[in-house]
Amino acid sequence: MHIQMNDIYKAFGANQVLTGVHFDLKEGEVHALMGENGAGKSTMMNILTGLHKRDSGKIVIDGEERYFDNPKEAEKHGIAFIHQELNVWPDMTVLDNLFIGKELRSPFGLLKTKEMKALAKKQFDKLAVTIPLEKEAGLCSVGEQQMIEIAKALMTNAKVIIMDEPTAALTEREIEKLFNVINALRKEGVSIVYISHRMEEIFAICDRITVMRDGKTVDTQMVSETSFDEVVRKMVGRELTDRYPERNPNIGDTILEVKNATRQGVFEDVNFSVKSGEIVGVAGLMGAGRTEIMRALFGLDQLDSGEILINGQKASIKNPFEAVKRGIGFITEDRKNEGLVLDFSIRENMALPNLTSFSKNGFIAYKTETDFVDMLIKRLRIKTESGETSAKNLSGGNQQKVVIAKWVGIGPRVLILDEPTRGVDVGAKREIYQLMNELTDRGVAIIMVSSELPEVLGMSDRILVVHEGKISGELLKNEATQEKIMTYATGGQ
Amino acid sequence: MKTTPAKVNHVDTITQKLGPFLGLIILVVIVSVLNPSFLEPLNLLNLLRQVAINALIAFGMTFVILTGGIDLSVGAILALSSALMAGMIVSGMDPMLAILIGCLLGAVMGAINGLLITKGKMAPFIATLATMTIFRGLTLVYTDGNPITGLGENYLFQLFGRGYFLGIPVPAITMMVSFALFWVILHKTPFGRKTYAIGGNEKAAIISGIKVTKVKVMIYSLAGLLAALAGAILTSRLNSAQPTAGTSYELDAIAPSY
Ligand SMILES: Nc1ncnc2c1ncn2[C@@H]1O[C@H](COP(=O)(O)OP(=O)(O)OP(=O)(O)O)[C@@H](O)[C@H]1O
Ligand SMILES: [Mg+2]
Repeated sequence: MHIQMNDIYKAFGANQVLTGVHFDLKEGEVHALMGENGAGKSTMMNILTGLHKRDSGKIVIDGEERYFDNPKEAEKHGIAFIHQELNVWPDMTVLDNLFIGKELRSPFGLLKTKEMKALAKKQFDKLAVTIPLEKEAGLCSVGEQQMIEIAKALMTNAKVIIMDEPTAALTEREIEKLFNVINALRKEGVSIVYISHRMEEIFAICDRITVMRDGKTVDTQMVSETSFDEVVRKMVGRELTDRYPERNPNIGDTILEVKNATRQGVFEDVNFSVKSGEIVGVAGLMGAGRTEIMRALFGLDQLDSGEILINGQKASIKNPFEAVKRGIGFITEDRKNEGLVLDFSIRENMALPNLTSFSKNGFIAYKTETDFVDMLIKRLRIKTESGETSAKNLSGGNQQKVVIAKWVGIGPRVLILDEPTRGVDVGAKREIYQLMNELTDRGVAIIMVSSELPEVLGMSDRILVVHEGKISGELLKNEATQEKIMTYATGGQ
Repeated sequence: MKTTPAKVNHVDTITQKLGPFLGLIILVVIVSVLNPSFLEPLNLLNLLRQVAINALIAFGMTFVILTGGIDLSVGAILALSSALMAGMIVSGMDPMLAILIGCLLGAVMGAINGLLITKGKMAPFIATLATMTIFRGLTLVYTDGNPITGLGENYLFQLFGRGYFLGIPVPAITMMVSFALFWVILHKTPFGRKTYAIGGNEKAAIISGIKVTKVKVMIYSLAGLLAALAGAILTSRLNSAQPTAGTSYELDAIAPSY
């Protein structure tokens, strides 16, 4: 299938999002789509698949003008979309999720569960996914949910697959499998639109690249004819110095210590500590138990045994309120379900953990609140018209920035970041890293769980590797390499 | 062409917001044509007094519904607290003190709802359906199924449901003061913000360190307190407590809260 999008315009209310974009997708190519958060990538793809209506412009598919009324129609015509924001039905099983809306039925209308199971199993095997089909989807980690979405799209036998940040929550192992699948699809003539903020992946898998900036196409070229730096320059419109800002850590006393922490069947005998001013990176494969350890630290899950010490004193953290009271902040990996109140404005979201400090005489001090919010919008370069924009109307990366901003206000002593830059563009990533540096300069201890190894290597002072619920290795900054981390992560010595 | 979709959206939101209001205007016009005395000041004042009771319950229900819950027991709380107040007055307690205690008891009944829903992990619909039956049952037991009368001639107590202040019925004033108060609470205080946050995304609220259990119990208590206050007005107006008072008031309260 050959798709051409020409001179597309789109505004949401007064917000002009696309101002004449062009996009050209050939048969059997993997085409990268890059651009800063809010550049309009998802919007353009949503226009192609009929979720949004274009204001003007032309879409030509295989030589004929063609406009879909809704994503379902697009899918019927062979265009599948793996969305950036995961859309699983949390109360249904993995299997139900894979076949939702296109269940296989017998002539009497009964579900053909056996056939569906076999098909799902086949697809999962191709991706080396081991999630039980009977598992409730809501209990799956974000990474697992992402694999479900990928499998679901692949099962439609589409001619074009749009992947909007498919790997944002995946670890090396899953990414490798996904790339194998993409390579196989390419050989079969399937076209893939690959939206990602992870540079390494673009250069590893894509044939051509289109860069967007502020709702316009900057240009399209062969990946082999460009470089990291050139792409970044086109994306942000200026030169960007090194991706990881220089870090001069000033490490102090131990703030948080975890001793023999065990939660049955999830993690076992976990021991580690974080010092003031230190960034501890936590690496590991999907499902290793990294997020689960963090949830227990924050009081969302209870420990079966073991203890948590804060400043050398035993702390019982039974719920998030107690964690926050002790100065622990938690940026979870799942911004949509756990990080944001989507119907709230940016301001209301950022204020949520800070209501006590923003109040005076029992009333919310509007000025304190807006000053704080405006400062962080500028600081993190959140792309929005104002702090009053509702969170659901922000692009994915900008939503992530709001979640981070939320926790800066509590004046944290320990900040737990779970995939802090998921879906964040290169420029903004650097802002977040710089913010992390500033926080540690002020003595904050940071625990950063991340699936992106360059990020773990680039920012951590010390790296913990988790394997099957246990800490399998600890590396200092100067001795850590990708290979060493992967060895520990897969259980090797 | 470029602006059409946006315009359609605006029209949609306007009709959505003003729909019920337009309906009300049409209703007022029809009723005034059919019965010209409808718009006479005396009738309107009467209407205000009538509405006050339902409005107070609806204020409490608004908080409950904002958190994604529902309270089917408000009518029953009204009846039970009204009977308890009347009982206390008949036994010689100062009527204003009786109202105060009655309202607190209403808050306690609401707190029971809140605890069943949060600590007991029951669905709000089920929990309050159960307490509705229980509170109704208790009312019948307490009153033997008969109205409680003989509440005396206390001036303040009569003023509470029947009196006028500057020509406006006192219940209407109670309603307007409460409305102002709860509007401010909902829009200007951390409590109001937390209420909205819980309704918007309870998980995110919990992770933000909000004590969701506490806020919810307070909200159901508030609903109970307001139902009891409405009960006090009704008791004063009828100068008696009726065992079947407040039947189906929960439904009257649910509609406007949405
Ligand atoms: N439904 C909507 N209503 C209003 N504005 C919207 C809506 N959807 C997107 N926008 C705005 O359109 C702009 C582009 O958003 P889009 O999601 O396409 O960005 P993106 O390039 O995919 O960014 P990211 O890398 O963060 O995912 C943003 O400024 C966003 O706030
Ligand atoms: Mg996007």
